[in-house]
Amino acid sequence: MPDLKRTPLHALHAELGAKMTEFAGYDMPVQYPMGVLREHQHCRGQAGLFDVSHMGQVLIVPRTGAIKDAALAMETLVPVDILGLSEGRQRYALFTNDAGGIEDDLMVANRGDHLFVVVNAACKDADIARMTDKLSDTCEVVPVTDRALIALQGPAAEAALLPIVHDAPNMNFMDVITVPSDFGPLWISRSGYTGEDGFEISVKANRAEDLARALLADVNVAPIGLGARDSLRLEAGLCLYGSDLDTTTTPVEAGLTWAIQKARRLGGAREGGFPGHDTILRQMSEGASRKRVGLLPDGRAPMRAGTEIFADETSQTAIGTVTSGAYGPWIEAPMSMAYVASEHAQKGTVLYGEVRGKRLPATVAALPFRPAQFKR
Amino acid sequence: MKYTEEHEWLRAEDDVMVVGITEHAATQLGDLVFVELPDVGTTVSKDDEIVVIESVKAASDILAPIDGEIVEVNEVLVENPAMVNDDAQGEAWFFKIKPSDPSQMDDMMDETAYNKYIG
Repeated sequence: MPDLKRTPLHALHAELGAKMTEFAGYDMPVQYPMGVLREHQHCRGQAGLFDVSHMGQVLIVPRTGAIKDAALAMETLVPVDILGLSEGRQRYALFTNDAGGIEDDLMVANRGDHLFVVVNAACKDADIARMTDKLSDTCEVVPVTDRALIALQGPAAEAALLPIVHDAPNMNFMDVITVPSDFGPLWISRSGYTGEDGFEISVKANRAEDLARALLADVNVAPIGLGARDSLRLEAGLCLYGSDLDTTTTPVEAGLTWAIQKARRLGGAREGGFPGHDTILRQMSEGASRKRVGLLPDGRAPMRAGTEIFADETSQTAIGTVTSGAYGPWIEAPMSMAYVASEHAQKGTVLYGEVRGKRLPATVAALPFRPAQFKR
Repeated sequence: MKYTEEHEWLRAEDDVMVVGITEHAATQLGDLVFVELPDVGTTVSKDDEIVVIESVKAASDILAPIDGEIVEVNEVLVENPAMVNDDAQGEAWFFKIKPSDPSQMDDMMDETAYNKYIG
């Protein structure tokens, strides 16, 4: 493929025998010789190392030097309480648009004198343009282009990181720290995209391969590709931007109102003030006409993205669509996320997905399919 | 053993042919997670889509390599699709077919020709 971008770990992927694929303009590992199913189970049982260097890392530095100014500026773009985010903590956030739709989902960390933001690879150029356009009066928006990002996920992640980062056990879920190491300064958060305990580690690009090799030297750590990353996040009930979230889905429809803290809701100290606040706050009081749900097909056939969902076996009009669907290796069953009309979104409702011309039953199920294993 | 350009193998067993997919095909597909087999007794024509398989990546079909009648299917694969990745050219056969026109197999590849075909 022409002109695919490479991450600092590209040569290591080749050495590890990865099968590569294009993702968001990058040449990325989709699986290693272990294969998607075993990689998935290895991450759940031991630990997995993921190259997520294609994601966008951005610093938001307040011109006044006061973090409060960066927080208030950022709050004009996201329906999230950034001002209330303590130093050393990270929070999930959403860039919304004027219609209440979602432009991207992201992580925002308070690193004392600035905010650190991690955005999706496919959206990063647009996100950086948006932040530069809207925040530049008060903040310097600095894309971080000289650092890789490595995720280390799974029950053995802490032990694998410990020899490199002695403070690792002191971190709780969504804590962030900056620490010196044998691999230069590391920016670490205790978070991830698998539902497992784990860390995301930002490291200088020229030290990334050495760090990855040091982590992979632990017998419990295996490299994991994008294939298993997708089934892991789906079992964990986590949305993939571009599939489960897009510019036409609102946070309310997506079931992400937990990410909108009290301060930004109706009657809150800083009510509204983000793009699409009218629509989003109204839907929070009145409800939305469709909802994101989990679906567990009765049989073994996966219902993949695009599968139309019907209320019964004969009706002509679909009441929803699958946005992500795969086989769940840990739950040992197919699993899907779908948007369905709210009157059909009740847990336990039996709906029908049309697969190869046949209506197959699937039950609306609670998300996540596999409970999160975070260290709180 | 005979091979098709659709990456199937056929092995003679008395008067029926045992059919599966090649190791090469299984590797290319990735881990299988779903197998749907035809009904025993079905009469099929060459190139009919008679088996549905889904890997972690996508769904695809296995075509009937010849005209004939399905006389047995490997139900074990329905419960354990991953067996195809572990033993594609051994225990993980898909179906047995009784050929109605054995001459359809005359032009199929032998192992040497197939290995050359997949290069």
